[in-house]
Amino acid sequence: MTDPTAQPAPTGASAFEVQPKKKGLTRRQKRGLSRGVQYAVFVAAVAALAVAADWDRLRNQFARPDIAERMFPEVITLALQNTVLYTVSGFTVGLALGMVIALMRLSSVGPYRWLAGIYIEIFRGLPALLIFIFIGVAVPLAFPGTEIIGGTYGKVALALGLVAAAYMAETIRAGIQAVPKGQMEAARSLGFSPARAMISIIIPQAFRIILPPLTNELVLLFKDSSLVLFLGVTLAERELSKYGRDLASTTANSTPILVAGLCYLLVTIPLGFVVRRMEAKAQEAVK
Amino acid sequence: MTENPEKSENPEKSMEPENPEKSMESEKSVEAVEPVGTRRPEIRIRDLHKSFGDNQVLRGIDLDIAQGEVVCVIGPSGSGKSTLLRCVNLLEEPTRGQVFVGGTEVTDPDVDIDAVRRRIGMVFQQFNLFPHLTVTENLTLPQRRVLKRDKARAAKAAAENLERVGLSEKAGAYPSSLSGGQQQRVAIARALAMGPRVMLFDEPTSALDPELVGDVLAVMRMLADEGMTMMVVTHEMAFAREVADRVVFMDGGVIVEDGTPERVIGDPAHERTRHFLSRLLDPARAQVEEERNQGLTGGSP
Ligand SMILES: Nc1ncnc2c1ncn2[C@@H]1O[C@H](COP(=O)(O)OP(=O)(O)OP(=O)(O)O)[C@@H](O)[C@H]1O
Ligand SMILES: [Mg+2]
Repeated sequence: MTDPTAQPAPTGASAFEVQPKKKGLTRRQKRGLSRGVQYAVFVAAVAALAVAADWDRLRNQFARPDIAERMFPEVITLALQNTVLYTVSGFTVGLALGMVIALMRLSSVGPYRWLAGIYIEIFRGLPALLIFIFIGVAVPLAFPGTEIIGGTYGKVALALGLVAAAYMAETIRAGIQAVPKGQMEAARSLGFSPARAMISIIIPQAFRIILPPLTNELVLLFKDSSLVLFLGVTLAERELSKYGRDLASTTANSTPILVAGLCYLLVTIPLGFVVRRMEAKAQEAVK
Repeated sequence: MTENPEKSENPEKSMEPENPEKSMESEKSVEAVEPVGTRRPEIRIRDLHKSFGDNQVLRGIDLDIAQGEVVCVIGPSGSGKSTLLRCVNLLEEPTRGQVFVGGTEVTDPDVDIDAVRRRIGMVFQQFNLFPHLTVTENLTLPQRRVLKRDKARAAKAAAENLERVGLSEKAGAYPSSLSGGQQQRVAIARALAMGPRVMLFDEPTSALDPELVGDVLAVMRMLADEGMTMMVVTHEMAFAREVADRVVFMDGGVIVEDGTPERVIGDPAHERTRHFLSRLLDPARAQVEEERNQGLTGGSP
């Protein structure tokens, strides 16, 4: 237990311990003991689980190869594809709206700034589910006869977009403000109008800065697209969660849920990896 | 943004666009006939004031700069040199007074400032190249977006001006891979590619390692020789002596002295100028002198 890595990292730490060595365990011994206890608890918990769990029942419930097999290729060609479609359309709406709100937030016109601020506060403070219900139930009730273009796809794009825009607006604003002031001055001194300087010079640089948080937002939307469940969708419009749930109830088995979950991870884990790579790279560039 | 087509045409017309080479040619022939100073002023500054809140930074500046003239602006830190320069292309809005560039009143609220700025090149202490673009793109993008030049024309002007600053081989590089001196020369080329009639330099060599200063100054000297009208804020006294037609010494938001380099640097009339120059040329001695002076005034009751 006294491997060298377990030692207190800086030798300076001992400099603080002016008092003579106490009786009983030294700090190093205490640390070793604490580690030992943690490992022991872990091993005991795993062993208990392995013994207590009814593995056959679990396998039967969650990992029935025949049921899993029956899900293919539809789980990919229909469910995953719809999930991606919902996510991308929501992200697009959110990005466009977020950009507008970010620019309003940075405007010199007071009312624009306030409006943008109010939007951000409201939509960051509400559960995404409530917004889906609002789009799915409240809007049709309040404005009978109006049809959101694109049907379910339009509704999802709008609901996800409204939620995402609030977060993205703050991210984009921070990105724009992180571009050095000299860039705008150089562009203006060359004769760029403020709008054109923003589009050709500032925003491209801002996007490099905010690519990691935007990708994170994409991951969040990918998961939030499951809320489409509450809009009521046709068979062809089902995405991963709804598809998994439907199949789970028809087969009275949980395997479809496991498969759907794996499909989410298939996308979210690589994306998360990409984000961490980008963040590490950006960190390096700063140094 | 003020949309005023009539006005916006103004600077374009008065400023003979699209052919800097030709206008330089004609300026050279003018130079042979008329001595500097009798030519018509390219930059005219009248009673210029600028405050930031309570801080009066410029307190009444009057300055004329003739076509083809090179004026170096010197002065202690905080005296308002940058602010003066930035008022010429309206990066700072003057509180009071007028600025004319090439006969167009820059300070006129109805003027199309973007059109005016196209004809005023500016070079910054921190270079301010666009880091997401290659060297060539740094030169071509402003031409394409602002001057609406076609691809071939912009590329040609970019190549020519990179050649002028001696960086043709860096055309495809990104700014971050260049030394400070190279970046600054690209920044100069970027401004030149727009075909300006006036160039403003704000301490263009202050952020450079000493061994890189020479290349940038050489490019500026070349521009001066070609007859470019230049306003240069600098601490490079050797450059001012050699290249400037006039040196302006600023302190506390006013012009204290204005004359030939020999006069202002070699034989300053004002105590403030002398003090500034002695500090600049020999910081160590000036420090000692200052302390001695303070000691004297402090000691006498
Ligand atoms: N944007 C601004 N807002 C507020 N105060 C400013 C601003 N820009 C400049 N100032 C103030 O104006 C004064 C003059 O600044 P300026 O940059 O013109 O001086 P300078 O002569 O160029 O000095 P240096 O040699 O240090 O560059 C300083 O006191 C500075 O604090
Ligand atoms: Mg300055």
